[in-house]
Amino acid sequence: MNSLFPSIVSRSQSSGLMNFFVPIISIVLTLITGSIIFVLLGFDPVYALYTFFISPISSTYGISELFVKATPLALIAIGLSYCFKNNIYNIGAEGQLTMGAIFGGGIGILFHDTNAFWLLPLMIFAGAIGGALWGLIPAILKTKFNTNEILTSLMLVYVALFILDYLVVGPWKDPFGYSFPKSRPFSESGRMPLLFDGLRVHFGLIITLFLIFISWFIFAKTIFGFQLKVSGYSPKAARYAGFNQTTLVFFAFAICGAFAGIAGLAEVSGPIGLLYRDISPNYGFTAIIVAFLGRLHPIGIIFASLVIALTYLGAEDAQLFLQIPSAVGFIFQGLVLFYLLGAELLINYKLTYKKLL
Amino acid sequence: MSDTILNIENITKSFPRVIANKKVTFDIKKNAVHAILGENGAGKSTLVKILYGLLEPDEGNIILNNKDFKVNSPAEARKQGIGMVFQHFSLFDSLSVKENLILGIDEKMSYSDLENKLENISSRYNLPLDLDAPITALSAGEKQRVEIVRILLQDPQILIMDEPTSVLTPQEVESLFVTLNALVKEGRTILYITHKLEEVISICDTVTIMRSGEIIDTSSTANQTAKTLATKMLGQKLDDLKTNYGHIKDEVNFEVKNISCDFNDPFLTDLKNISFQVRVGEIYGIAGVAGNGQSELMDILTGENINIKSGSITFDNKKIEKYGPQKRRDLSISFVPENRLGHSAVPELSLSENILLSQFPKNNFIRNGIILKNNVDDFANNVINEFKVITPGNDAKASSLSGGNLQKYVIGREISSKPKILIISHPTWGIDAGAEHSIRESLIELSQNGTSIIVISQDLDELIEITHKISVIYDGNLSKPFKTSEIEIEKLGLLMGGKNE
Repeated sequence: MNSLFPSIVSRSQSSGLMNFFVPIISIVLTLITGSIIFVLLGFDPVYALYTFFISPISSTYGISELFVKATPLALIAIGLSYCFKNNIYNIGAEGQLTMGAIFGGGIGILFHDTNAFWLLPLMIFAGAIGGALWGLIPAILKTKFNTNEILTSLMLVYVALFILDYLVVGPWKDPFGYSFPKSRPFSESGRMPLLFDGLRVHFGLIITLFLIFISWFIFAKTIFGFQLKVSGYSPKAARYAGFNQTTLVFFAFAICGAFAGIAGLAEVSGPIGLLYRDISPNYGFTAIIVAFLGRLHPIGIIFASLVIALTYLGAEDAQLFLQIPSAVGFIFQGLVLFYLLGAELLINYKLTYKKLL
Repeated sequence: MSDTILNIENITKSFPRVIANKKVTFDIKKNAVHAILGENGAGKSTLVKILYGLLEPDEGNIILNNKDFKVNSPAEARKQGIGMVFQHFSLFDSLSVKENLILGIDEKMSYSDLENKLENISSRYNLPLDLDAPITALSAGEKQRVEIVRILLQDPQILIMDEPTSVLTPQEVESLFVTLNALVKEGRTILYITHKLEEVISICDTVTIMRSGEIIDTSSTANQTAKTLATKMLGQKLDDLKTNYGHIKDEVNFEVKNISCDFNDPFLTDLKNISFQVRVGEIYGIAGVAGNGQSELMDILTGENINIKSGSITFDNKKIEKYGPQKRRDLSISFVPENRLGHSAVPELSLSENILLSQFPKNNFIRNGIILKNNVDDFANNVINEFKVITPGNDAKASSLSGGNLQKYVIGREISSKPKILIISHPTWGIDAGAEHSIRESLIELSQNGTSIIVISQDLDELIEITHKISVIYDGNLSKPFKTSEIEIEKLGLLMGGKNE
C-alpha cells in the first residue's frame, strides 16, 4: 500500500528544456482552469475565452491599448529583476511608482503653464529620483538594522499612497477642479508624446524598450550584473570574492525604484495627464508576476508583460460583454502565478509515494 | 553458515551519473569487527545507507540471521537490530546530553529509566558521559560517545561506524577502540567504514575492499600490511611525495601577530593571541580537531572578517588586517576556503563564470566594468587542461563536477595566477585519492616556485606529507611551530587534545 500523501524529493538534475517551458505550461493550465470557471459561471467557454483574450486585441486600438498597459508592467518588472536576481524581495514597487508620479508630477504641476522642451525630461528625471529615494528606504533599513525588506517595502506602498491622497485633496488640488481630488492638468510639453495619431500608445514604450536593452547588457556583459547574480545565489561566495553586498543592495533598490518611478511618471504624464488618487491599477504588484513569468530575463519579461496586460484588457471586455466583474482579471493573474510556482517546484522536485509495509 | 550474521548478495545501486554499487556480494561474520575499506567515492557510504534503510537498492538481497532483510527507514533498521553512528553527528547543539538521548531513541523512556540504563552502558563499555552538559561544550570525541550510547540504548546486534576517527585526536581514537573491543566481546558485530589503513590492521578482523562500486577482495586482516591493502584499495601505485627544504628563503613575507577576536557566540570559538610567521617558499601547516577556531581564523586570514579585537597581519611589509578579500588579492594573496559549493565556487554558475570570483590585477578579465569573456574563457580552459579537470567544457555548471574535480578546478584557478602566498583550508577534504595526490603535488610544486602556503587541515597525514612546519590550534590558541621532519605524532596528538606538557 502506498501512503496517502506524497513526499517531495529533490531531483538530481533539473531539465533545462523544462525551464523554458514552465511559463508556457502555466499559461496553458491557466486557460484550462479559466474555461472551467467560465463553464461553472454558465458561459460558453469558447465565447468567454474569445471575449477575454482575442476580442480585446482584434483592432489597432486594442493593440495600442495592450502596449499602453504592458509598458509600465515591463518597465517595473525589469527593475524588479535587479532585486530578485540579488535575492532581495522588493515588493514595494507600487509605492516607488507612486513616489515617482508624485516627484515627476510635482514638477509638471509647478510648471503647468510652461511650454518648453526641457519640461518632460526634467519630469522623467524627477520621477526616477522619487522612485529611487523611496526604494532606498527599505535598503537602508535592511543593511543598517537587518529588517525584512518584504515588510518594509510593502508598508511603504501605503505610506506613498496616503501622501498622494493628501496632496491631491490638499495642497496640489486643482483650483478650477470643482473640489474633485485631482491636480491641475500638466502643460502640453509635460505630456508623453503619442507615437501614432489617435492611439494612446506613448513615448514611455520607447523609454521602456531602451531600459530593457540596457538591463540586458548589464545582466549579460558587466561585472555589476555578475555581482548581483553571485550575491543572489550565494552570499558567502560573494563575500569570498570581495563584492560589497551593502552597495549591491543599495544599487538594486535604487535602480528598481528609479524604473518604477519612471513608470509612474509615464502613466501620469502619458494617458492620465494629471495627478489623482488611482493612478495605477496595481501595476507595481502585478509586475512581480511579470518578472517571474519572464524568468527575470529581458526578452521573457517583454512577452510576459504582454500576456499579463491582456488580462487587464480582457477583464474590461468581460465586464462589458459578459457582465462578469472585472476582478476576474485578477483571478487569471493569480492562476498564472499559482501554476508558475507549482511548475517551478516540480522542475526541481518530484513527488514520490512511499511504500507502507 | 551459523557464524554468519549478514549476507549481502548482488546489491546494485545506480545514481543518474554513476553506478555506486555494482553487484556487491560478501558475508559478515558474527562477533567480529568487519572493515569496509575504500577511497572516498568507492561506494562505501551507499552500501551502508542501504543497510540502514536510507536508500533502496536497485537489485540484490540482504539476509540477516538467515532471514530476508528489507527496511525502508532507519527506524525499521534499528528495530531489526542494526544501528549506525554517522561521520557527521546529528545532535542538537543547544540541548543537553540527556535531552539528546531521550529525543534520539524510538521508544518512550523516563529520565530515571534512562539514567539506570546509562550507568550500566557507561561502565561496561568505557563511555563516561556528563548527562547535563550541553552538546556545544563537548569535544568531538565526547559527541561521538553520545551518538554511540544513543544507539546502544536500543541494543543493536550490528553497529555500523562510518569513518569514526576522522574528527578524533589519536588519544580519543585509543579510547574508542577500547569501547569497540568491549562491544565485540559481548557478542555484537561491528561494521567499520574507513579509508585509513592502519585502523583496519589494528582493530578489524576481516576487511572488504571496495573500489569504484565493486568489491575487490574480502579477506582476513591477519596477513595484511598497510602496503598490500593500499595497493588493492587504490588499484595503482602512487608516487611518494617529497618535500624538500632547499628552496625556502630566510625572508619572512607573511606574519600574524597577536590576533585576538571575540565573537560572543557559543557556536564560534574565540581566537586568543594567535601569532605565526611564514617564510618565502615555505608550507606552513595548522593542525587541529575541527571546531577549534580554524574557520574563524581562516575568515580573518582571507579578510572576510576584518573585525578583530587586536593584533596585526603583515604581508610584504604592509599591514593588511583591515583589508577586505579583493584588496588582499590585489597584493597577490590567494585563498581557498574549506567549502567548495557556495563559498569558493557558486554551484549554479558555469566554470567560466566561477573564474570571476577570484580576480587578480594581472588577470585582465574586466575593462570599464565590462567582462572580457574571451579572456575569462581562455583562463578557464587553461585551468581545465593544466589541472586535468574532467568536464565537458567551460560552460558546464560547477555543480555538475565531482568534488575532487571541482576542488582541482578551484585550486587551479588560484594557482594559475601565481600568487605570492596561498592560504588554503582542507585542500583535499572529501575527494578521491587520485585528485588528492595531484592537488598535494601541485601545492608542493607551487612552493618550490617561491609561493608561501598556509594549509589548515584536520588530516595529519596530509600535513606531514606536504608541510615544512606545523602548529596546532586548540580552543582558539595556536601552538608554537614544529619542524615537520622532526615532529612526533604523539606530541601532536597531545596538543590537539589540549594537553600542553
